[in-house]
Amino acid sequence: MIRVVLPAHLRTLAHVDGEVKLDVEGQVTQRAVLDALEACYPMLRGTIRDQVTQQRRAFVRFFGCEQDLSHEPPDAPLPEAVATGAEPLLVVGAMAGG
Amino acid sequence: MSGVRVLVGTRKGAFVLTSDGTRERWDVNGPHFGGWEIYHLKGSPADPNRLYASQSSSWFGQVIQRSNDGGKTWQTAGNKLTYEGVPGTHLWYDGTPRPWEFARVWHLEPSLTDPDTVYAGIQDAALFRSVDGAQTWQELPGLRGHKSAPLWQPGAGGLCLHTIVLDPSHPGRIFIAISAAGVFRSDDAGTTWQPMNRGLRSEQIPDPTAEVGHCVHRIAMHRSRPGVLFMQKHWDVMRSDDAGESWREISGNLPTDFGFPIDVHAHEPDTIYVVPIKSDSEHYVPDAKLRVYRSRTGGNEWEALTNGLPQRDCYVNVLRDAMAVDSLDPCGVYFGTTGGQVYASANAGDRWAPIVRDLPSVVSVEVQTLP
Repeated sequence: MIRVVLPAHLRTLAHVDGEVKLDVEGQVTQRAVLDALEACYPMLRGTIRDQVTQQRRAFVRFFGCEQDLSHEPPDAPLPEAVATGAEPLLVVGAMAGG
Repeated sequence: MSGVRVLVGTRKGAFVLTSDGTRERWDVNGPHFGGWEIYHLKGSPADPNRLYASQSSSWFGQVIQRSNDGGKTWQTAGNKLTYEGVPGTHLWYDGTPRPWEFARVWHLEPSLTDPDTVYAGIQDAALFRSVDGAQTWQELPGLRGHKSAPLWQPGAGGLCLHTIVLDPSHPGRIFIAISAAGVFRSDDAGTTWQPMNRGLRSEQIPDPTAEVGHCVHRIAMHRSRPGVLFMQKHWDVMRSDDAGESWREISGNLPTDFGFPIDVHAHEPDTIYVVPIKSDSEHYVPDAKLRVYRSRTGGNEWEALTNGLPQRDCYVNVLRDAMAVDSLDPCGVYFGTTGGQVYASANAGDRWAPIVRDLPSVVSVEVQTLP
């Protein structure tokens, strides 16, 4: 079970409270987690990564285990603690006011 | 008794304002999609309970929302708006080529006859259409395929297709406007397009009378007379009597002819409204007075409408999609300001009152007249 924490705007869009829990088959990577997330919550398609290029949106970051994972390759394994559900994967909107 | 529903898009969410036909007391419902920019929301003329909304943010991109109950509840619709083929380039501000890149949906125009058909005008400028209630979108690539497209340049707000006007008398005739390319018309439902900018003069471009390159801010049409179009350009208020083939200036005695919105009275096709602002570099009303200008003669002769509007210390703007009319009698006129006020007049502009004063900055206002 993978745990994902979404930013407030995306929780509202997906109609969820708190963490999202996902089953991910095979190796746990950014791509696999986002594929599972978008399959469960299709309204999130295009809000975290581009629907065609699959590139992470510029103002969105991925944190986990107190590391910035945003620039890791999408098919690289996520940290063990994220893969086992001990720690969540944080999807974060870049800090800004307004 | 008939009623009115005013759909307001703001920088921080959407609001639905409702009243009965007297238009005296209003309910304010919202924010919907709080914290997101709502560039536009509009109802289907064929089914007033079907609404479409453009929701976007710099962080999370574009979302399209759809309501089947007049805005009480909303469902996310399709947001995959992908240019047809290899996008190519347009010109950037500095004149260098720049690849077409989707930024946001500026305007949603539902079909006049089919609630499931809706057009989207986007930045970077292109026209999309959905025929399944906004679940899927297809570009009408003939517009961006026009030979002039590689030379289109953005206005300050971006290279945006912000105006879509469907001709009720000529099925298949569509007018669109792009900042800063100008007006284009299709007579074959969006397959092919022709520029419609003859008569426009823009001193801000190298050739002031070029076929394309004009910063058209908005165009408006009266349903009963679709061959007549009115335009608020960057500077100049213009009129066409031949479906866009040629334009003539009707700025007349306006205090300034710079502005964004323009609209037409629901029952008097020669009565039109604009809100002049000071200049291209000072986007607020002149003399610190909020004045709507009305012409009852199709242009040139304008009167200031001030009753109920602030006449001192006012520095707001009214954006291009932030004015609309209802179809009651007398005609109601509505507009929203960058200061967050939405004003209404239930008597064609003679007297105004705020529906609500303290919304986020208003981007768009649309009105539905309900049975």
